[in-house]
Amino acid sequence: MDTVADKQKREDSLNGVGCSRKRKEDARFIQGKGNYTDDIKMPGMLFADMVRSPYAHARIISINTEKALALPGVHAVLTAADLKPLNLHWMPTLAGDVQAVLADEKVHFQYQEVALVVADDRYIAADAIDLVEVEYEELPVLVDPHKAMTAEAPILREDLVGKMEGAHSTRKHDNHIFNWQAGEKDATDRVFDAAEVTVSQDMVYHRVHPCPLETCGCVASMDKINGKLTVYLTSQAPHVVRTVVSMLSGLPESSVRIVSPDIGGGFGNKVGIYPGYVASIVASIVLGVPVKWVEDRMENISTTAFARDYHMRGELAADSNGIIKALRVNVLADHGAFDSCADPSKFPAGFMHICTGSYDIPVAHLNVDGVYTNKAPGGVSYRCSFRVTEAVYVIERTMDVLAQKLGIDKAEIRRRNFVKKEQFPYTTCLGFELDSGDYHTALEKVLDAVDYKGLRREQEEKRANGELMGIGLVTFTEVVGAGPSKSCDILGVGMFDSAEIRVHPTGSVMARMGTITQGQGHQTTYAQIIASELGITSDEIAIEEGDTDTSPYGLGTYGSRSTPVGGAATAVAARKIKAKAKKIAAHLLEVSEDDLEWEVDRFKVKGVPGQEKTMKDIAWAAYNNVPEGMEPGLEAVDYYDPPNFTFPFGAYLCVVDIDKDTGVTDIRRFYALDDCGTRINPMIIDGQIHGGLTEGYAVAMGQEMPYDEEGNLLGNTLMDYFLPTFVETPKWETDYTVTPSPHHPIGAKGVAESPHVGSIPTFTSAMVDAFAHLDVTHMDMPHNAYRVWKQIKALGLLDN
Amino acid sequence: MIPSCFEYHKATSIADAIAKLQDNEDAKLLAGGHSLLPMMKLRFSEAPYLVDINGIEGLKGISIDGDTITIGAMTTESELIRSDILQQYCPLLVEAAKLVADPQVRNKGTIGGDVAHGDPGNDHPAVMLALDAQLVIHGPDGERMIPANGFFLGTYWTALEEYEILVAIKVPALTSGTGHGYHKLKRKTGDYAVAGSAVVVEMNGDVVRDIRIGLTNVAPMAIRAEAAEDLIRGKRVDDVLLKAVEKAIVAACDPAVDLRGDEEYKSHMAAIMARRSIIQAIENAKE
Ligand SMILES: Cc1cc2nc3c(=O)[nH]c(=O)nc-3n(C[C@H](O)[C@H](O)[C@H](O)COP(=O)(O)OP(=O)(O)OC[C@H]3O[C@@H](n4cnc5c(N)ncnc54)[C@H](O)[C@@H]3O)c2cc1C
Repeated sequence: MDTVADKQKREDSLNGVGCSRKRKEDARFIQGKGNYTDDIKMPGMLFADMVRSPYAHARIISINTEKALALPGVHAVLTAADLKPLNLHWMPTLAGDVQAVLADEKVHFQYQEVALVVADDRYIAADAIDLVEVEYEELPVLVDPHKAMTAEAPILREDLVGKMEGAHSTRKHDNHIFNWQAGEKDATDRVFDAAEVTVSQDMVYHRVHPCPLETCGCVASMDKINGKLTVYLTSQAPHVVRTVVSMLSGLPESSVRIVSPDIGGGFGNKVGIYPGYVASIVASIVLGVPVKWVEDRMENISTTAFARDYHMRGELAADSNGIIKALRVNVLADHGAFDSCADPSKFPAGFMHICTGSYDIPVAHLNVDGVYTNKAPGGVSYRCSFRVTEAVYVIERTMDVLAQKLGIDKAEIRRRNFVKKEQFPYTTCLGFELDSGDYHTALEKVLDAVDYKGLRREQEEKRANGELMGIGLVTFTEVVGAGPSKSCDILGVGMFDSAEIRVHPTGSVMARMGTITQGQGHQTTYAQIIASELGITSDEIAIEEGDTDTSPYGLGTYGSRSTPVGGAATAVAARKIKAKAKKIAAHLLEVSEDDLEWEVDRFKVKGVPGQEKTMKDIAWAAYNNVPEGMEPGLEAVDYYDPPNFTFPFGAYLCVVDIDKDTGVTDIRRFYALDDCGTRINPMIIDGQIHGGLTEGYAVAMGQEMPYDEEGNLLGNTLMDYFLPTFVETPKWETDYTVTPSPHHPIGAKGVAESPHVGSIPTFTSAMVDAFAHLDVTHMDMPHNAYRVWKQIKALGLLDN
Repeated sequence: MIPSCFEYHKATSIADAIAKLQDNEDAKLLAGGHSLLPMMKLRFSEAPYLVDINGIEGLKGISIDGDTITIGAMTTESELIRSDILQQYCPLLVEAAKLVADPQVRNKGTIGGDVAHGDPGNDHPAVMLALDAQLVIHGPDGERMIPANGFFLGTYWTALEEYEILVAIKVPALTSGTGHGYHKLKRKTGDYAVAGSAVVVEMNGDVVRDIRIGLTNVAPMAIRAEAAEDLIRGKRVDDVLLKAVEKAIVAACDPAVDLRGDEEYKSHMAAIMARRSIIQAIENAKE
């Protein structure tokens, strides 16, 4: 019985870390049995709809709600005037600014929330919003962030005039939000002045939207009898929402229950707190009945958290061998009308200072200015850790430009500048401590897999024939798992996360976390961690998240923090249980703890075959036969404050062929190698990578939120906004190396965002490469056929 | 995305549908609903009274009689794609239908609705022009038949008179020496054309005896590129001629500017699509 085969069999039956266990979630989702916010029905529930501004910048002269209120079935029309007595017409943002809940005197962006109509059903509400009469006086509109701080610029935020001390710095102009810097300016400038070679590249990281399939929404229900407010809300951070709602409403936190039911994708769009939520909560409190508000697609794209809109300049100083001596990055950040970015409080530009990338750069300086414009607020992290996509984009693009200038191959220039394996842990000149990495191995593996030299030869031939073929290469390093509470907090709450595990008498497990799954498969993977730690099959481990009444406090799921932080809490909580289990086992076996060794699912007395207690035996004993002085039960809670971030990395390569007649690009090949440390579930990792690459493809090749000069958003339906289906989606080839994180309990780093972060500059790198022999150094995204054709035409390549 | 109030009525016959249109102000026919309903949901169009013509006997189906194919107006895109008759005798319609929208829309959207709606972005109008289709129309005064050429008058504007219903479309069956081609540039699946072009050629050996070129989404309505056709008729097609044809097509275009591109891009794309369709059509004619 005690054979190697038996041990392996027991190991396999755990379905623990490393196995491609099927997703627990899928059974309900693929049968249409998910339970999303819009599926929630409550007795007496009313429906809300929002009156929105047609103008990007205008003064509100009057609002007349009489006709709307006269429509049968309409219960209420809320405006800023109604919220003012409650002091809820404005709300604090996560970024230290305030945002209008319902427009107060002015509207600052097109589609801004002006009034909330509450009616018997969705249809009456939609009719009623047409009956709310709002008189506007149009004001000059500011769309271009480069003009925000000029003398002629219209002042957008009259509520802030004269308040020159911003949340993060002194403000230089009424439209200025903050200045944030990292690194050493003077030292960097000196290196640039003396450098053999310097390059400088301007680039626009355009405004995009995370566009989850499920839009934002909530059902707010105030129970006036027991004074409890329950809000079903599609949130990536339900506990933070509870705290904010309590602070805003004055209700004790124990009287507020936030439930995130199934979530149809978040991607950063569902971190913040939106006017629709606050207005619905107020409506429920006022009316005493549940109120449902769910955005339609156009409202989602137009108003709730966009991403990026970073106008960047990347500069590198190097010697003639391409060895980097210094990096300089300047950013003008367009935050829209209110600063409602969701970043850790001390980092108004997120982790933009990861912009030194995978490279050993001696000195650097980063300067970021945030400005207001008449556009929707946001600036969230769309499938990435805080501003990491922007950071990776600027360094990877600028590396290519340097390679091009020096005539060094882009793989070679990276090789020459990588932080070497033996340098880890490596502290970057902008202050991050990279935990582990092996960049050279990753790069070489990719180059070999695709026959990089062969591709370059083929490209030579194609170029000679006038054909356009491009090869993109990116070697990125991300920073995820925010984060150590010494540097990371949101509204003063440290960015730890939590797990609570209960082992039942019969040895099954119920565990709850402070994170919340939105497609990542937490119900599957957290169970695998516990299974491997405790020797209990994951099939008997139930995972629950998202109900603030039952789960421990946590900061939520975004920035790839669930595995690095929540997963660590899970492993540590399991280890606390295991430590207690060991004591119980020693008691049952009448030996000292030192005599025991762990094997898969049981403690064994060293050297005495057959003397053993399985975790199931121990669980039972925990409820009836514990050592004297020990409290019964078998459960543990852990609040895990990570000692550091984790730093996943990867090497991506892309080959494109461009049709010169139409500008249409064919992604011929995309090879993605990721290193996320310990791999919990390879199948889920592959799924996450496929999803992230697809979203990266969408951003690079098509997604955009274009505004005209009047501040009208031109593309807010899925006819224009590019959500690729599998018809458009390229074929992905995935690969991996494993470099565990030395400080994470199970060595895992987080993976779901790497493919998004890494792929976007890879596409640009490939597109530019197709034109690099014509001295093109950069092309701004999105690389849609129309824009590419204009480039082809500008270069005189159309055969006329 | 919620339409305003409307009444829904199901017509039992063509005559009943015409009567309902006559009796109710601003009544609109409901076919597949995939152009009408989005406009109602966006409140671009108010339709207080809908007359559903789904289920009316005789409005659906594809038949062939001699060298004329008759397609009922209520035939869906998916039915066009699956039709043996069309695959054999009018593959152009099959190819074009495959490029319309996405599978969900194609399961409901009808060829009659696509033609009658008068949207320059729709694919069938240009195909109708290239095929020289005849449209069978019923109205209070009985039946009339008019050519597709001349039917498309402007954006959402056709030669259909008040209370009239398009009941069928007649197209010629492919004969030997005839070839078809349709090319459509779109940004993604489910998108309307940046530009599209349907071409039918009749060959006499290497020489083009006759050609009709229809263009999609590059003018207020689907148009024929007549100047380009004139250049080709009676000629052998080569690169030099195709260049001249492209220029003529660019000159014929008057597209609306949107996120798909500016006038220049769209006009050039129309020319590229036409070139590809011409080449395809000539190839097909040889088979
Ligand atoms: C996402 C999406 C993408 C699309 N992409 C494309 C595309 O790429 N190419 C394309 O061609 N189309 C596209 N369409 C439109 C689609 O093909 C429609 O189905 C078609 O345009 C209208 O046909 P219908 O049967 O749905 O008509 P409906 O929407 O029911 O009717 C459209 C109009 O025509 C009138 N009408 C309908 N039938 C008749 C009739 N027999 N006689 C007189 N009047 C009539 C109606 O009163 C109405 O005014 C798209 C639609 C959607 C929603």
